[in-house]
Amino acid sequence: MESAVTAATLALTAVGLSLVFGVMRVVNVAHGEFFMLGAVSAWFITTWVGGPAWASFLVALAVAPLFVAALAALADRIVLKRLDYEPEATIVATIGLMYIFQQAALSFYGPQAMPVEPPFNFRIQLPWFGYSAYKLSVILFATLVLIGVWLFLTRTKAGLVMRATQVDRETAQAFGIDVDRVYAGVFALGAGLAAIAAVLIVPIQQAHYLMGHDPLLLAFITVIVGGLGSLRGTIIAAVFIGLSDGLIAFFWSPTLAKILATLLVAMVLVFRPQGLFGAKQA
Amino acid sequence: MLRLEGVSAGYGAVTVLRDLTFEARAGEITCVMGRNGAGKSTLMKCIMGLVPATRGTVTLDGTALHALPAHRVPLHGIAYVPQGRRLFGPLTVAENLGIGLMTRGMGEETRERVLTLFPRLRERLDQVSSTLSGGEQQMLAIGRALCLEPKVLLLDEPTEGLQPSMIALIRDVVVQLKETGVATVLVEQRPDAVLRMADRIAFMAGGRVAEMVEARGLTADAPQFMAYVGV
Ligand SMILES: Nc1ncnc2c1ncn2[C@@H]1O[C@H](COP(=O)(O)OP(=O)(O)O)[C@@H](O)[C@H]1O
Ligand SMILES: [Mg+2]
Repeated sequence: MESAVTAATLALTAVGLSLVFGVMRVVNVAHGEFFMLGAVSAWFITTWVGGPAWASFLVALAVAPLFVAALAALADRIVLKRLDYEPEATIVATIGLMYIFQQAALSFYGPQAMPVEPPFNFRIQLPWFGYSAYKLSVILFATLVLIGVWLFLTRTKAGLVMRATQVDRETAQAFGIDVDRVYAGVFALGAGLAAIAAVLIVPIQQAHYLMGHDPLLLAFITVIVGGLGSLRGTIIAAVFIGLSDGLIAFFWSPTLAKILATLLVAMVLVFRPQGLFGAKQA
Repeated sequence: MLRLEGVSAGYGAVTVLRDLTFEARAGEITCVMGRNGAGKSTLMKCIMGLVPATRGTVTLDGTALHALPAHRVPLHGIAYVPQGRRLFGPLTVAENLGIGLMTRGMGEETRERVLTLFPRLRERLDQVSSTLSGGEQQMLAIGRALCLEPKVLLLDEPTEGLQPSMIALIRDVVVQLKETGVATVLVEQRPDAVLRMADRIAFMAGGRVAEMVEARGLTADAPQFMAYVGV
């Protein structure tokens, strides 16, 4: 159960990272911090809103990702656009953003870990086992969001524009596509997905200003294993890595899980550089 | 009328176009010729705003295009068929046309007209465009541009690498469009094709239009072909 939750939230986080890399060719090292900011702002929002846990949580689930997405769009405008999306420069810049966001969270939120109350707190009692209703709903909601992202990319005009920009930025412009706007939108969407994952996880894990590291690492592993820029591959890899990470961490140790995951990445990079599901570059 | 005056443009520190003057009129085919590297494709990109003019002006019926960001240029009715086609390869035929239709908000009527012009595309609407044959890809590249209902059509070596039957088909389409009043700029390397289609010919050398001549009365042994194209 725990690992299914990990898989679901990892899939959201990794799809966000993958979209940003796929469309913008930006390796977003600050992606984990968007996750962290989602969790921390969820804490702030639920604290301010007060009232019944389910109500304040719903507000957080709606507002925190929007806030983080807006922040990401701003970062794109102020930082990445100025670098003209130069691949090397944006890696350095997003490392900088990572520290800025961490320090900002440390100043405004503090060094402590704080919990957000789950919106509901009962167990679904099955004959052989009891399941936390909240965890089940996390898996369900994450799945719905992923389906939503897929429908958005394949069935809407905005999604079509994003895919065209991903293929050929210059030709996209020749057909009236405002690439700057697409990039800001993709960066915001990617960050928003990480923030949704974080809001979902924060009733289980607590918010902390350094909590972005693990999701970043796992999301990177997932994106590499799944094939850079391949959405389907990313989701399959997320399920696989989320489940196995959870199981190994549970039965042996979290460290072993990380070591094995890193090994897996090394193997993939050596034997299938395009990722397990990525298409070969023509 | 599309007009470039005193245009300079290039890539970073490299200047490719120097003080170039050029024009293309409605209802005419203006062919652009010149050796490899003469700057023909750069001229196209400069009109589209993809390679910004560092000096000079690009105007369409008096509207300054050089001042616009690249994505605003096609809104004025300039459609571009890039060298090497540059389709959105992983997207389907229908999606590639969809991008073209979106550019100027054209609808079903335009789409029908394009599909009537290229029935082969209609049969392959859901096919991923990178799996089309070379000729079909070129039809799609032109079809995608025609989805803008353009006033100006820029074609950069559209017949490069195609078999003769396909070349003839594309030539017929281009001539048909010109007759509807489209100002066509065609980069083409073969004098016989140019002589058959062109109203005027711009010969490029040294980053400028060295000579602009009427095609009428010109023959394949005209000295310009030897001088500027080397054939
Ligand atoms: N993206 C680019 N960056 C730098 N130089 C370029 C680029 N594209 C073309 N060039 C240079 O500009 C010159 C003109 O190229 P181009 O316009 O493609 O010529 P043509 O289409 O006439 O063959 C060439 O010297 C070419 O090397
Ligand atoms: Mg060329």
